[in-house]
Amino acid sequence: MQLDLVTGLYVFLLAAFIGFEVIRRVSPLLHTPLMSLTNALDAIAVVGAIILAGEGKSNFAKILGTIAIIAATSNIVGGFMITDRMLKMFKASGPRKP
Amino acid sequence: MFASENILEITYLIATALFVLSLKWLSSPVTARRGVWAGEVGMLLAIAGTLLHKGIVDYRWIAIGLVLGTIIGVPLGRVAMTAVPQRTALSHAFGALCVTLVGTAEFYIRAPHVPRFMMGVLSLEVILGALTFTGSLMAAGKLQEVLPQRPITYKGQNIVNLGLLAIAVGIGVTLVLDPDKTFLFPFMIGIPLAFGVMMIIPIGGADMPTVISLLNSYAGLSAAAMGFVLGSKLLIVAGALDGASGFILSVNMSKAMNRSFTNVLFGAFGQEQVAAAGAKETRPVRSASPEEAAGILSAASKVVIVPGYGMAVAQAQHKVRELFDALTKRGVDVKFGIHPVAGRMPGHMNVLLAEADIPYDKLLEMDDINGDFPQTDVALIIGANDVTNPAAREDQTSPIYGMPILDVDKARTIMVIKRSMAAGFAGIDNPLYYLDRTLMLFGDAKNFVGSIVRELSGGHG
Repeated sequence: MQLDLVTGLYVFLLAAFIGFEVIRRVSPLLHTPLMSLTNALDAIAVVGAIILAGEGKSNFAKILGTIAIIAATSNIVGGFMITDRMLKMFKASGPRKP
Repeated sequence: MFASENILEITYLIATALFVLSLKWLSSPVTARRGVWAGEVGMLLAIAGTLLHKGIVDYRWIAIGLVLGTIIGVPLGRVAMTAVPQRTALSHAFGALCVTLVGTAEFYIRAPHVPRFMMGVLSLEVILGALTFTGSLMAAGKLQEVLPQRPITYKGQNIVNLGLLAIAVGIGVTLVLDPDKTFLFPFMIGIPLAFGVMMIIPIGGADMPTVISLLNSYAGLSAAAMGFVLGSKLLIVAGALDGASGFILSVNMSKAMNRSFTNVLFGAFGQEQVAAAGAKETRPVRSASPEEAAGILSAASKVVIVPGYGMAVAQAQHKVRELFDALTKRGVDVKFGIHPVAGRMPGHMNVLLAEADIPYDKLLEMDDINGDFPQTDVALIIGANDVTNPAAREDQTSPIYGMPILDVDKARTIMVIKRSMAAGFAGIDNPLYYLDRTLMLFGDAKNFVGSIVRELSGGHG
């Protein structure tokens, strides 16, 4: 899969703008879960590592790819788990608030 | 184009949309958990789609990686809430490790025939990845207190650090111009690894919120660069979102500490704390016992509690919750005023207080609570210091002049729970403590709040 520089930059630029607009609206109350969630999403880098370890172009690539899968997967699993645990704790004062 | 290729692209597209929605839903505590769910579904789709990729010939290593990663990830998802800052730093390190390793492997698969554009983004990927890896490990070590927390500074530190970074970038440029010089590649990894360590050495505890946010941003940008290398739009989007998030948080944190953004970018942290350690204060302060404090609190109608890192260290949040309950039961209006840099990472105090079951609508940000202090009967400060220092507003010679603070000095009575009169992180004396309206409550935060709660419940049941 190849991507030319200009297309890539368009994607990056638009995603960065969306990111700024969406994340600016996140309440400071939730900044810690925000960081753990974006960190888990960032671990999507695992797809690159999976292809690297699976294609097996060299043993070197296989080994690095496998370590990379371990690192990214632990971020995915741990990141989503702790984000959900944190968010579960945030409760409003009224017992029947939606 | 085969069917599997199309399926892969479509799963990536859906995952991209879900990731954006995930962050959108995080904007409010009401919808936030849906955001986690969206992120998880997007992630599963993308991984499942990737496993169908036709280039994959061997699933054994992938399976081992996924299983081991899960085994490591589960305990990291179960750490205590007080350990969240170091866990976050560690996860930045893992993310950066993944990116650096993939970048390294991609280089050696292609070397020496790496196209210029790819070599450029690959250099960016591994430089950012490597420095984020060691930098985050150092930050995690300092937060976990396995490394000395005192900032270590020496003359010319910034020059040495910037020099290292410049050499790494220079190697990257050389490789772009002349990809045959493959022997240079290990240096392009090794020097940023050293730079990451050097960058964090001068960092002290109170600078951690800024540093963690900055490392967050670097981790995101390195992943985006990896997206360019692999030609993956999904990865570019995820990296850009993470980079933007870290960037916004870094800017917030640097504003809250009154540092310019360039100051943050160049890692010039922790330079100011030696400034004002000169004259020892000998002015008298008024101190009070738990009984007196309980008496004043129960007579108040509006109380604002200002928590800081000291509350986290003393593990006092559950006792604070008991105090909140006891006062609320007596009809006292209790709110919390939270400074953006209170604690060791953005939002740290909110998570600890939410864990102690304090409703989130009682947790107010600095700008929302500051207008309330003139009508507040008691401002109770627990383990916070510099963020309440009125010198930041009034004394132009103070090293923290201009830093936004919580205006606790405008409350009718100020109570400060503190272990001793020792200065805060910045080493600056706090004039707040010498006001006539200020009562110093000397002791461990957890024990002192516990004693106040006992007095309150003992008195009337």
